[in-house]
Amino acid sequence: MSATHASAGTLGDAAPYEDGVIRKFVLAAVFWGIVGFLVGDFIAWQLAFPALNLDLEWTTFGRLRPVHTSGVIFAFGGCVLMGTSFYVVQRTTRASLFGGSGFATFIFWSWQAMIVAAALSYVLGGTQGREYAEPEWWLDLWVTVNWVCYLIAFAGTIMKRKEPHIYVANWFYMAFILTIAMLHLGNNLTVPAVLFGADEWWKSYSLFAGVQDAMTQWWYGHNAVGFYLTAGFLAIMYYFVPKRAGRPVYSYRLSIVHFWALIFLYIWAGPHHLHYTALPDWAQTLGMTFSIMLWMPSWGGMINGLMTLSGAWDKLRTDPVMRFLVSSVAFYGMSTFEGPMMSIKAVNSLSHYTDWTVGHVHSGALGWVAFVSFGALYYLVPKLWGRNEVYSLKLVSLHFWVSTVGVVLYITAMWISGIMQGLMWRAYDSLGFLQYSFIETVEAMHPYYVIRALGGALFVVGGLIMAYNFYKTIKGDVAEEAIRPVTAGAR
Amino acid sequence: MLETLVNEVLRPLWGLWLMVLFLGIVFWAYRPKNKDRFESYADIPLRDDEDKER
Amino acid sequence: MSVFRHHAKLETNVFLLAVGILLTVITGGLIEIVPLFTIESTIEKVQGVRPYSPLEQAGRNIYVREGCYLCHSQMVRPFKDEIERYGHYSLAAESKYDHPFQWGSKRTGPDLARVGGKYTNDWHVRHMINPRDVVPESVMPGYPHLMRPLSFNSAPAHLQALKVVGVPYSDEQIRNAKADLLEQADPAATEASGVVKRYPNAKFGDFDGDPKVVSEMDALVAYLQVLGTMVDFTTVKPEKIYR
Repeated sequence: MSATHASAGTLGDAAPYEDGVIRKFVLAAVFWGIVGFLVGDFIAWQLAFPALNLDLEWTTFGRLRPVHTSGVIFAFGGCVLMGTSFYVVQRTTRASLFGGSGFATFIFWSWQAMIVAAALSYVLGGTQGREYAEPEWWLDLWVTVNWVCYLIAFAGTIMKRKEPHIYVANWFYMAFILTIAMLHLGNNLTVPAVLFGADEWWKSYSLFAGVQDAMTQWWYGHNAVGFYLTAGFLAIMYYFVPKRAGRPVYSYRLSIVHFWALIFLYIWAGPHHLHYTALPDWAQTLGMTFSIMLWMPSWGGMINGLMTLSGAWDKLRTDPVMRFLVSSVAFYGMSTFEGPMMSIKAVNSLSHYTDWTVGHVHSGALGWVAFVSFGALYYLVPKLWGRNEVYSLKLVSLHFWVSTVGVVLYITAMWISGIMQGLMWRAYDSLGFLQYSFIETVEAMHPYYVIRALGGALFVVGGLIMAYNFYKTIKGDVAEEAIRPVTAGAR
Repeated sequence: MLETLVNEVLRPLWGLWLMVLFLGIVFWAYRPKNKDRFESYADIPLRDDEDKER
Repeated sequence: MSVFRHHAKLETNVFLLAVGILLTVITGGLIEIVPLFTIESTIEKVQGVRPYSPLEQAGRNIYVREGCYLCHSQMVRPFKDEIERYGHYSLAAESKYDHPFQWGSKRTGPDLARVGGKYTNDWHVRHMINPRDVVPESVMPGYPHLMRPLSFNSAPAHLQALKVVGVPYSDEQIRNAKADLLEQADPAATEASGVVKRYPNAKFGDFDGDPKVVSEMDALVAYLQVLGTMVDFTTVKPEKIYR
């Protein structure tokens, strides 16, 4: 469907790039992004005002929270990752997508249908009860088929490439695809009850129990962060930051060290989610040690991304798309400092079980993952629809500031509420009794839950601004302010 | 046999082995001989012909 | 430096790159997970932990279904304040029949690892239907829908599936699953009932205040009331659980 499109690249005699499916993924990413942010903000308001749970079984926090997490991770993040990876792999290998348009379109629609089925199943009460791995066994099998097809399309494209070297962004995509496959299979080993004739066909029981189950789950859970939300999006950084800046990555050699060190160290970090639990101490210590070491490659990657701009820092001022990309890397640096710090057992004893963790996740998820995605989407939409630039860079700038204020409100509110909650739980009065009942600590959270939900609302508004901008871009409109040369150098 | 190797040699010094591996990768990446080759790879995304088209 | 020549291959061959990645990412998981199955001290040897009764297990499935783990942990850490607030710190043995584990990662509400026996059945029912009736400042959702009848026709199949993943249900327990489930929620049950014999120390009787129907509420409250009560810590010697 893209064969004759204006933005299709040339490959000499070979077939042009397969861009039709990328356009689909881009649109789906915008849609799921807004849906996922919206559900997240709704459940944030539920924590401030519990009447919003509506006393209906389908709208309680417990059922909607997986809709939010799966919505932003697997729907929004998944569409961004699949779309950008198909774009990047074709252009850096100078080969068209393996399997062609039909195969790619199948991958797209199957993924969309899976997302809808998963969301429906959560709302109706089908969940494995494992954080970020909520889809039940039948959805897990669906994901597996989908993922294998994705791997074939991606790796197949690399195999037929015309560029001898495999560009480093593709290494990161490859590590993301393979490791997620391994984690998905390892953490979803379950026995469906229907095999024994149970009426509840969707229900399954995990193969492992208790402490082993916990370790497997957080081996998965933490590396969903490490490989889905980090390695995959670092691939985006390694392609789109140089592209938008119009200059090569700061140090290709650093990127090689970054890659191997990051993927090796990340996989060990899971036990820091289980500090002071019934997990044996040796495993906790391993998890803490590797989490702290992880700081180094993380910052190596951050430096590589930021320094790509050295000598072109003015672009931060003139190009709001660049601002999204660079700020995302800065947020990445911040949360990859905070993470190792929180993995230290003494710090974790305070932060664990509190909102501090939630704030930490969102400084990574909003500041890093979403921002780098926005940057890539703003780069891609004009390219894919054959426009010179997005409809309005001023609106991009507005999106940037609205979202940034939202993120800052979110994470500061959670820092305060988290640390306060942790301190209140362990506070003793002068007579040696626990000073606060649990419900007093819940009450104290209220103002911060409101501030957090307001921050989240700003993030949703930012998403809507982006959607409008894309609508106008695709329609072919050009805002008056855009008729000026500021971004000429950025492309 | 394998168990003895793991228990007596690999396990107690695991930090050392990882360090050796890591330094090996760093050495390989930063060898002066490899510099020009690697840094030329950084241009791959920029050699995209699609920008010139328009 | 032949090693480095090999690496040049790695970076130009997608298959070798994939193998390299898989080897790199597989080590950490193997080293952290496999020993948990082989090192014997991982799970403390304490008396009293038994498989959940069919009613308790049905309640546990509702706990999972409603996503309770997203706001409640079931893991008391060994700190002075947590032990005073919740009770003895949690042992690995206490969740050895939990498929899946529900330790949780967030305490929007309090830890529930030892909630069993702390409140009356009546309190739980009222709290579940509208939490603010009993705790005005609570932010928990209401769960009035739990008063509907529990679907338990497949109780033996669920126990059978759990047996396959390692819970030591006997054939007798599986055979009597439905009867045990009904009996545990029956107001006429006594210490001599079959369910209590098969599941020592099981709480029994009408849990939800409506003796006519075995509801989802009956199951959930039965589960909550057994949480953290299986091990009698007055008889456990500290050195037995020290790892």
